[in-house]
Amino acid sequence: QRRAIPFTLGVPRNYDPTLHPFEVPREYTRALNATKLERVFAKPFVASLDGHRDGISCITKHAKSLSTIISGACDGEVKVWNLPRQECLRTVQAHEGFVRGICSRFCGTSFFTVGDDKTIKQWNWEAPGYGVREEPINTILGKAVFTGIDHHQREGTFVTCGQTVDIWDEQRSSPIRSFSWGVDSFSCVRYNPVETELLASCASDRSVVLYDTRESAPLRKVIMQLRSNTLCWNPMEAYYFTCANEDYNLYTYDIRHLDVPVTVHMDHVSAVLDVDYSPTGREFVSASFDKTIRIFPKDKGHSREVYHTKRMQHVICVRWSADNKYVLSGSDEMNIRLWKANASEKLGLLSAREKAATHYNKKLIEKFQHHPQVRRIARHRHLPGDILKQKRELREMREAQRRKEQNVRKHSKPGSVPLLTEKEKHVVAVVE
Amino acid sequence: TTADFAVKTHIWTDDWQVHHLIEGSDDERKHKKLLEAIGSMGGRKRKKQNERSEASVQVSEYFVNAEGTGDKVNLSDLLGTVEKTSGASNKTKKQLRNLQSSKETLELPLNKQQTEKVSAEFSVQLLVSCWKNIILQNQKAEQMVFPLNQESSGPKRVEQVVAGWKVQTPLEQEIFRLLHGSRQPVNDPVLTPVEEQSLKAMSLEEAKIRRAELQKARALQSYYEAKAKREKKIKSKKYHKVQNKAKRKDFLKQFDEMVKTNPEGALEELKKMELSRMEERMSLKHQNSGKWAKSKAIMAKYDDSARKAMQEQLQMNKDLTQKMVVPSDDEHESIEEGLETVPDFVNDPETVIDPVNPWMRGQLTHEEPEVSCVTAEEVQTAEEENEEEEIIGEFERKRKLRQVVEEDVVEVSDKEEEDEDEEEDVSEFNTLFRLMRSEKTREGSNQTRGGLNTAGEEDEEGLLSEGQIRVRSIEDLEVLDEVVEPRAIEEPSAPQTAAAEATSEPPHKKKREINLKEVLTKEAKAVRLPFLPTVVDEEERDEQISIIKEAFAGDDVISDFIKDKSRQEAAGRPAVVDLTLPGWGEWGGVGLKPPRWKRKRFRIKTAPPPPRQDQKLPDVIISEKRTASVASHQVSQLPFPFQNTAQFESSIRTPIGSTWNTQTVVKNMTKPKVVTKLGAIIEPMVKEDFIKSKTTALWLLEIGHKKFVFSVLGIVGLHVNSCAFCL
Repeated sequence: QRRAIPFTLGVPRNYDPTLHPFEVPREYTRALNATKLERVFAKPFVASLDGHRDGISCITKHAKSLSTIISGACDGEVKVWNLPRQECLRTVQAHEGFVRGICSRFCGTSFFTVGDDKTIKQWNWEAPGYGVREEPINTILGKAVFTGIDHHQREGTFVTCGQTVDIWDEQRSSPIRSFSWGVDSFSCVRYNPVETELLASCASDRSVVLYDTRESAPLRKVIMQLRSNTLCWNPMEAYYFTCANEDYNLYTYDIRHLDVPVTVHMDHVSAVLDVDYSPTGREFVSASFDKTIRIFPKDKGHSREVYHTKRMQHVICVRWSADNKYVLSGSDEMNIRLWKANASEKLGLLSAREKAATHYNKKLIEKFQHHPQVRRIARHRHLPGDILKQKRELREMREAQRRKEQNVRKHSKPGSVPLLTEKEKHVVAVVE
Repeated sequence: TTADFAVKTHIWTDDWQVHHLIEGSDDERKHKKLLEAIGSMGGRKRKKQNERSEASVQVSEYFVNAEGTGDKVNLSDLLGTVEKTSGASNKTKKQLRNLQSSKETLELPLNKQQTEKVSAEFSVQLLVSCWKNIILQNQKAEQMVFPLNQESSGPKRVEQVVAGWKVQTPLEQEIFRLLHGSRQPVNDPVLTPVEEQSLKAMSLEEAKIRRAELQKARALQSYYEAKAKREKKIKSKKYHKVQNKAKRKDFLKQFDEMVKTNPEGALEELKKMELSRMEERMSLKHQNSGKWAKSKAIMAKYDDSARKAMQEQLQMNKDLTQKMVVPSDDEHESIEEGLETVPDFVNDPETVIDPVNPWMRGQLTHEEPEVSCVTAEEVQTAEEENEEEEIIGEFERKRKLRQVVEEDVVEVSDKEEEDEDEEEDVSEFNTLFRLMRSEKTREGSNQTRGGLNTAGEEDEEGLLSEGQIRVRSIEDLEVLDEVVEPRAIEEPSAPQTAAAEATSEPPHKKKREINLKEVLTKEAKAVRLPFLPTVVDEEERDEQISIIKEAFAGDDVISDFIKDKSRQEAAGRPAVVDLTLPGWGEWGGVGLKPPRWKRKRFRIKTAPPPPRQDQKLPDVIISEKRTASVASHQVSQLPFPFQNTAQFESSIRTPIGSTWNTQTVVKNMTKPKVVTKLGAIIEPMVKEDFIKSKTTALWLLEIGHKKFVFSVLGIVGLHVNSCAFCL
């Protein structure tokens, strides 16, 4: 066993490079080993929370507590979970039909739910005493079905979407403002967490609409080729948001230049249903109908990680925990799964030496990332057969499309078939 | 009718007009009556707008008319009394007079849609513009610690801790009333109410500053508008000609720069130029066939200026019809490279990569060009004073030196040998070697290393390679290697051909091979002797040397070596292929040789290979074959963020481990980019924390961007209009 050397004594050491030759080959070997170990220790799945009796439709984090989450199911049931103990604390039959959206109040004292029964309900975070019936603090009856809800970051207002996008004051039973642009229904609405007066919503006419809550009319909208399901703002960079699209891709937009997305994130092989940014704003996680969740760096076109299990079905909702350590996914088969955001990370407190070693290893992998062996091992991921098959199919299709387009271009008047980049392809128009 | 109304309400200040109106009012009335009579004759009854026959609730402003209908309202009518009143200051009177004499009518403000569009555009820009710097800063930051704006972990002040505490008992209430009644701070650092008030008063000054800024912005806006209008109104052809000329010159200047910086744009401009040339050639607009040109041609005999004009026009024609110089191959290459360095992997349709099919390997690139290497450099520059850095620098120098020494292993050995060995052969060899070495040093670094090209850029960098193999242990990883390895071995052929190109072409080309020798392994088959000074006594050393001498007494190592080398050189030389078929097209048979022309024609000589790397090193054999076992570990192409091989090599060469560096240096070098605190909630950014200092930006946001926008864009016109009277 190795004896710890008191730090204060220090270890005399001669750093003369002639005494320590072959630094590159030695570091290369270390890097290769680090990469292999990283893959071997990559066990992202932490826990599964079961208890719902229908597919999970939405998940929300507690605003002030890391260990608490709420989930809503397709049968109108809302459950409050304790993550470290992996148990359900409280079950509420909140709505008839789907629970469409949940959001937590910024202070963490209550939460709101909307459902298919055209109501908005506000619930206390505290469970009622023994024998007391679960009653919402407040119930608002709406005229149409609400499909999403989000709460303001610091004020007592919230926004819902459905037939229109409505902004509500918590004290009132009618919206203080409602926006609509044409006769579409909206599937998702989100407040910008940084510029809290900005709103964005996904409409069923394939558009993403931006609003300013202080103005009477929506600011502008971008129409895409297929519908966006959800969107999420970057919590650290006020003018970027990412939307999850039906065409298997995710698009990151800069609200100042909506005509071309900043990045197209492609890797999923089916519609992307949900997206959530990490609280550091560096990465985001997406849930897809293809039964996988993927983690993308915010500025890269391809994912750095893909998570799946045999039993996980279509993933409907996904959230990144507020401490940047975990990812929560809710899927069709009634389970909420807890994943590590960094698959091979060791959980819990690390000793100083452990920490130093992990940092060193990470740096080594980064340094030698271009070496073929390191790259190959670091990039390898297991993927179930059917998804792999779909992926190949999709690639084939894209290739065919490309070829076709090329041929058309070749045989038509020069300039009549413009060469569009992947980014430009998916935006139909920007309307102001 | 609205136009009519506008005309009516316009303030006519022209003196002449005033006179005319006063004098000719009678005439006009008559004229009007006449017109009315004519109108009634036409059958269709004209709407009578002038009279109100009965009282009604809603009175349109269009139907209200004063008695002198049709008269144009005069400024002097409205303000005639001001001149006479003694109370009005001279200044006001003067301004009024000025106003009267000015002839300008006001511009119409923008219509509503346009204003709204501009305001929406503006509001988004304005709303988020203040974040630009912060976001950029965070992206470039070497390390970000989350949560941002952490509270200091030290002991807190009492008043911070008891912020939420409320007075409950009557005694406490009594005490607090006493304490707060005195208007003195309860605890030290809290401000007194007086101070707070004074602080609040400070905001007045701020407000003043802001107001000034607003005024400035408004003024600037109006200046620009006025300028644009003024320039637009100028009718002088000459002026525009001069302007155009200046613009053209400017453009040419810019174009030169554009070729360097933005080749795509330059290409487009080139196309435009080409188009204009074609138009000119088709229309011959500037030839001397036009009417103007003909007249000028007649005049040119007598008039100098006409001649000049003619010349100018012909020059113009010449300029326009001149064919643009097609950019040379070199430029083309640079453009291509530029295109490559503008990475956009999304644009490539074939990003999807088949691991099996080599044709599917597209160019994959990154979005973010600057990665850690740059930051590492920054660190080095920033902390030069640091002692540690000096040490590192020294180490680096030593390392490099050592590498040089390693290259010249034999040289050291030679020196050792020189002392004892008097064999003729060796001494001869040494002199030769020394000669060669001096040559080598002269050439120094401009020896081109064989280059791999970066054209392929990089395949599938960001992509995960997804497959059905599960990895559970290290053994699995080894298997994984073997499974995919064949692909790695396929690659080398391309790099080698590229190497040939690189050596034959001048060194300014960017595409180059990574010197694999430095990256990973050294596989020179050179004769090696230890470069480290072995700690042996002199006597022992002598003994050793004598032993070695004895052992190799019979061997002629050096001549063997030279033979070996010449053999290898010969093997590398291309053989001449003889394809002559005797008997074709002529008589054949035993003893008949094919004619000379035939031999000459059908003997195919392949191009000589690039010069061997060890051509000028008599004591070294460098094998130029790639060994598959090593090749699979080597980088074959220059990775994306690096500009040249030297950069990449240096990034690899610098070790980061604690074996080679001191503790603090290691800590610095290996610090992670993102640090999160365990169990802490990372809140989104809060605007107030970040944009406190920038008063303007914040103010724009606070006051309400909308108001600002309107004041700047829409209301300027109105504002001036309404203020015309109170100036």
